[in-house]
Amino acid sequence: MSGPPAADTGAVRAGCDRQDVNFKGQPYIEVRDLVFEYRRGSDTDGEPDVVMRAVDGVSLDVPRGSFTAIIGRNGSGKSTLAKNVNALFLPTSGSVTVDGMDTRDDAFVWEIRRRVGMVFQNPDNQLVSAVVEDDVAFGPENLGVAPDEIRERVRAALIAVDMTEQRKMAPHLLSGGQKQRVAIAGVVAMRPDAIIFDEPTAMLDPEGRREVMDVIGRLRADGVTIVLITHFMDETVDADRVVIMDRGRIVLDGTPAEVFRRADEIESLGLRLPFAVELASRLRRRGIDVPAGLLTPEAVAGWLRGSAA
Amino acid sequence: MIRDITLGQYYPEYSIIHKLDPRLKLVVTLLYIASLFLIEDFYGYIIVAASIGGVLAASRVPLRFVVRGLKPIMLIIIFTFALNIFMTRGEVIWEYGWLHVTWEGLRMAFFMALRLILLIIGSSLLTLTTKPMKLTDGIESLLAPAKRLGLPTHELAMMMTIALRFIPTLLEETDKIMKAQQARGADFETGSIFRRAKALVPILIPLFVGAFRIAQDLAMAMEARCYRGGEGRTKLNALRMKRRDLAAAFACAGYLAGIIAERVLV
Ligand SMILES: Nc1ncnc2c1ncn2[C@@H]1O[C@H](COP(=O)(O)OP(=O)(O)OP(=O)(O)O)[C@@H](O)[C@H]1O
Ligand SMILES: [Mg+2]
Repeated sequence: MSGPPAADTGAVRAGCDRQDVNFKGQPYIEVRDLVFEYRRGSDTDGEPDVVMRAVDGVSLDVPRGSFTAIIGRNGSGKSTLAKNVNALFLPTSGSVTVDGMDTRDDAFVWEIRRRVGMVFQNPDNQLVSAVVEDDVAFGPENLGVAPDEIRERVRAALIAVDMTEQRKMAPHLLSGGQKQRVAIAGVVAMRPDAIIFDEPTAMLDPEGRREVMDVIGRLRADGVTIVLITHFMDETVDADRVVIMDRGRIVLDGTPAEVFRRADEIESLGLRLPFAVELASRLRRRGIDVPAGLLTPEAVAGWLRGSAA
Repeated sequence: MIRDITLGQYYPEYSIIHKLDPRLKLVVTLLYIASLFLIEDFYGYIIVAASIGGVLAASRVPLRFVVRGLKPIMLIIIFTFALNIFMTRGEVIWEYGWLHVTWEGLRMAFFMALRLILLIIGSSLLTLTTKPMKLTDGIESLLAPAKRLGLPTHELAMMMTIALRFIPTLLEETDKIMKAQQARGADFETGSIFRRAKALVPILIPLFVGAFRIAQDLAMAMEARCYRGGEGRTKLNALRMKRRDLAAAFACAGYLAGIIAERVLV
């Protein structure tokens, strides 16, 4: 990719001030002009042969306790951005701070990873142990937590994801949704402030998807800061904020109502609309004047019922 | 189904033998194997057989599971038996051409076979009553002193843990790939060995690619969960010796004393 990481990418910052209304204080995660390049090729002459700019000048504030949904088509840089937040990757330029700690500072790396947990897409490739309970304990063990305390955390985490019954089972015998819940428990047991979910439901059936979204909803209610990367628009409608990425940049950013009002832009980015938004726009085309900003089927149904009465 | 496979041969049960500390069980198993090479006569074998029989009963593992463990080495047992019968010099009791059976050979063959069988029973009891994960913990803990000599004990244990976790996953993957290739007309069952080996290439390549993918993802996931080697790590199930382990250690000491006494006195 080319072009300078311009400060103003032309993104529509519709919801910029809103954060200050709902969430006070310093943002928990601060991404400033982040650029990240994958470099491949010869190490011999020091100059990489291939440079792939996956994140191209992203600035993003995530307030404590908020729920941010990030969407964007394949290859738009979502996962790369996520991995920059907990220091799995370090910025090529720009900066990322978590609760004031810079990810480039070696002293903070482990504290940042403890505070910002991450759940990945593939349920099979993130569980370490052949026993559910032991897997949930993996994180706390790495942190050097005392065994009694680990036991308590594992118990609580398994309750939180409703997997207590399967605690002695082998992961390969669980369903995709169950495996993903175990992965979440493994993160919860580290007592993080924030969790980044990188397409946690992409490989699940509808049942598993619902289970995982229920768990995410409960974590949110408990005050955990949530960043959800997803391809399913309907998972984003009750987020505090929706961020749309394209080619390594943020192109739309605001509340779901604000963002999904821009139906044409979203469709031109190769993305679908949430079911209810799609439904409302089709109804509108048929002359039923459904107001904008109804994001769930229930809301549309409610409006229809109200207008019929 | 391929997903039903059990690794090792753990037999789930809540017996005292199952509950013993894996380190103790490992050490006792090694001592037991050593003791098999101490005994020389009939009375010694009686002590060993009675002891291992007692342990087997206490473990509540059905005998047939133990016998099943003997099957794969039956051939070796028969071979050593035959070798010992015919190759040992001594008082000839039967002869046919160049084949001759001696009294000493018969005795030797019988004891050697018995020794092998007892050895297999003892070591399969270890794996039948100890979960692979526990065994891994035990080995790591026992090898801990070797860490100072530069042996990467934690890493070895972590590798075993991950292998235990992913072997079923990779088997499932293999199953899937084979079915996909068969759907495209691949044939793994007929033809010469060479042909069949060649048919495996299209399975192995995607399998290796898949394994590398998993390794990459897993490494990232482990790092995200603050994994940074064995330094400063704690354990959920830290191994701790209990009173029953002490009792078992005494029982083992008694057994060894019995074997040695028999050797010296009888
Ligand atoms: N390890 C890598 N090496 C080189 N390039 C990479 C690597 N990982 C990702 N990329 C490239 O960086 C870009 C952004 O990838 P990224 O995985 O962040 O996108 P994404 O939005 O998460 O996509 P998806 O929806 O498919 O998960 C893509 O063009 C991708 O090809
Ligand atoms: Mg991705």
